[in-house]
Amino acid sequence: MHTSVQHKMASIDLEKVRVVVVGDSGVGKSSLVHLICRGHPNPSPGWTIGAAVDVKIHEYKEGTPAQKSYFVECWDISGSVNHANSRHIFYNPVNGIILVHDLTNRKSHTNLRLWLSEVLNRESAYGSTKTRSSASEYDPEQFAGTRIPVLVIGTKHDQLDSSRQGTLQTSVIAEECGADEINLDCTQARHVAPGSTNAVKLSRFFDKVIERRFFSRDSSQQPIGSPTEKRRSFTPQYMKSLHTD
Amino acid sequence: MAFFLDSFVMFTTQILFFLGGWIFFMRQLFKNYEVRHVIVQLVFSATFALSCTLFELIIFEILGVLNTNSRLFHWKFDLYAILFILIVILPFYVAWFIFTNIRIVQNRHLTFPLTLGAWLVFVYFFWKLGDPFPILSRKHGIFSMEQVMSRIGVIGVTIIAVLSGFGAVNCPYTYMAYFVRDVSDADIQAHDRKLLQVMDMILTKKKRILLIERDQLQQASSNRKQASGIWGMLKSVATSSGGANLGQLQQEVAGYEELSRQLFLELVDLNSTKERIEYSKTLKGKYFNIMGYVFSMYCLWKIVICTINIIFDRVGKTDPVTKGVEIAVHWLGIEFDVTFWSQHVSFILVGIIIVTSIRGLLIKLTKFFYTMSSSKSSNVIVLLLAQTMGMYFVSSVLLMRMNMPPQYRMIITEVLGDLQFNFYHRWFDVIFLISALSSIAFHYLAHKQTGEKPVYT
Repeated sequence: MHTSVQHKMASIDLEKVRVVVVGDSGVGKSSLVHLICRGHPNPSPGWTIGAAVDVKIHEYKEGTPAQKSYFVECWDISGSVNHANSRHIFYNPVNGIILVHDLTNRKSHTNLRLWLSEVLNRESAYGSTKTRSSASEYDPEQFAGTRIPVLVIGTKHDQLDSSRQGTLQTSVIAEECGADEINLDCTQARHVAPGSTNAVKLSRFFDKVIERRFFSRDSSQQPIGSPTEKRRSFTPQYMKSLHTD
Repeated sequence: MAFFLDSFVMFTTQILFFLGGWIFFMRQLFKNYEVRHVIVQLVFSATFALSCTLFELIIFEILGVLNTNSRLFHWKFDLYAILFILIVILPFYVAWFIFTNIRIVQNRHLTFPLTLGAWLVFVYFFWKLGDPFPILSRKHGIFSMEQVMSRIGVIGVTIIAVLSGFGAVNCPYTYMAYFVRDVSDADIQAHDRKLLQVMDMILTKKKRILLIERDQLQQASSNRKQASGIWGMLKSVATSSGGANLGQLQQEVAGYEELSRQLFLELVDLNSTKERIEYSKTLKGKYFNIMGYVFSMYCLWKIVICTINIIFDRVGKTDPVTKGVEIAVHWLGIEFDVTFWSQHVSFILVGIIIVTSIRGLLIKLTKFFYTMSSSKSSNVIVLLLAQTMGMYFVSSVLLMRMNMPPQYRMIITEVLGDLQFNFYHRWFDVIFLISALSSIAFHYLAHKQTGEKPVYT
């Protein structure tokens, strides 16, 4: 009883990390964020204007003595082309990126590169008229320099023809970033049920984000472009081996 | 022999137009989508190619290229082909894709009969469309060219008039610097900060909701373990107050979310205005600014002329070219070879009209497509756009008759049949006027509303 009273009196005592959910318009980012943060599907998703935020309490290193609760803020950014000139204010700061694409539409997967470069170029976008199409293509070295964890999620798995379901290839972008990949259907709660593979991957991703934000202070002080950074950029697998389960 | 040469030329140009439409489809329209049914692309490119061929034939008519008989043959061939696409193929495929998208139709075999039924309904309504209009006389048969052409003409002319009216008002508003509000960097930054503050408020409240919910869960689980009694009653009172708090918090969150959406839209508007201001300072921007003034003069003149036409019940008998030549000869006293110059001037005039109308329509279609489509409905929307495009171009051929000197009008009159052309011009004037006036009213209301909002502090 004592601890619950303490919880009620302290308002926001958990630390937070910020995850940005980007992808083309209509791929299902809002449904995805709703599913991740609330645990059940959204019966009537609407069209996102600007950004919609939702929060989830994530247990870092669950099941170990070092377990701690963190707030994970999921910022669901509108993918509409008309709103491209004002999106950049949401990209600062970013601790984790979730790239969402539609499995029934291959172009939304190819556009993920542009999305990644848009988020990573956020500093230069302030006050300029650079749109997504004119921004430079995603640069692997630049990405390795910033070392923000990335997760690639493919939605609308149920709407694929059965022939294509069997021949799904791993995402090229996920391989380049050293990111995990999840394919699911946002209208089914069982796809992120605790204990399922997807839930494990999600929780691993959030752990990586929290670790990169709070526990890698010493290594993040290195300037971008130093020799050690450049060496690391050629071995993206290095990032995966950093994280031990 | 000459006929085969001419046909070869015609077909080559048609293939070129077809490729142009194909590339436009791939690069612009379906930039963000995967093409799963090639038939959609084929039909769209075919409609585009046939429409461009119609315009090409007008140009050939003026310049006198190719043999007259082969021109006539190609006119008829083209017209029949495009009408077939507009009335049979496009509605059929639109219905087909709608029925395959809707999950209600489980049985695959039912799709074809349903589509056929829908097509028959479309044909019936298409027929009924001709009743309220004094289009043609009874002496024409049921399946003649005139029946079909007249109905398509009505729909197409309406579309053209609506788009022209809206464009005539929108163009000066967009291009002229007079209408642009002044926006400074400080305004935008202040607005940014406000939006981020609202987002932070939403986050704080949602976190509070989560913590309360977590406490309630812990309370519920610990309640089951302990016995009830004084402590039990006290605890239940504490949790119920948390519940009331929860409802209030959720309401506040909903309010803040609505505010954040509004702020974001305003921010987009501010950024667009700033981009426009920067663009107007460049050379290209200045050029468009001047063109904006010129074009707005033309739009005003057009609105006045339409009003005069309707009030005084007259339809333009002479085309601008002949009129210009008359004015030049009689009032300015310039002597030149009328027939020679009228041919070239009408060629240039008609050419400009054709190119701008094609380009304008394609841009509008692209914008509309980007706003409306999703990955499921993209096929249906593209086919509807192809239908609009076909009707638009066929009716522009009809209306263009007025812009050409009499010796060139003959072929259009001959091919399109005995239509009441005057009716179509009158109908265009009326719809154009209505569209222009309503878009002026719309812009005025929208401008007034943003003007009343407080300056971005």
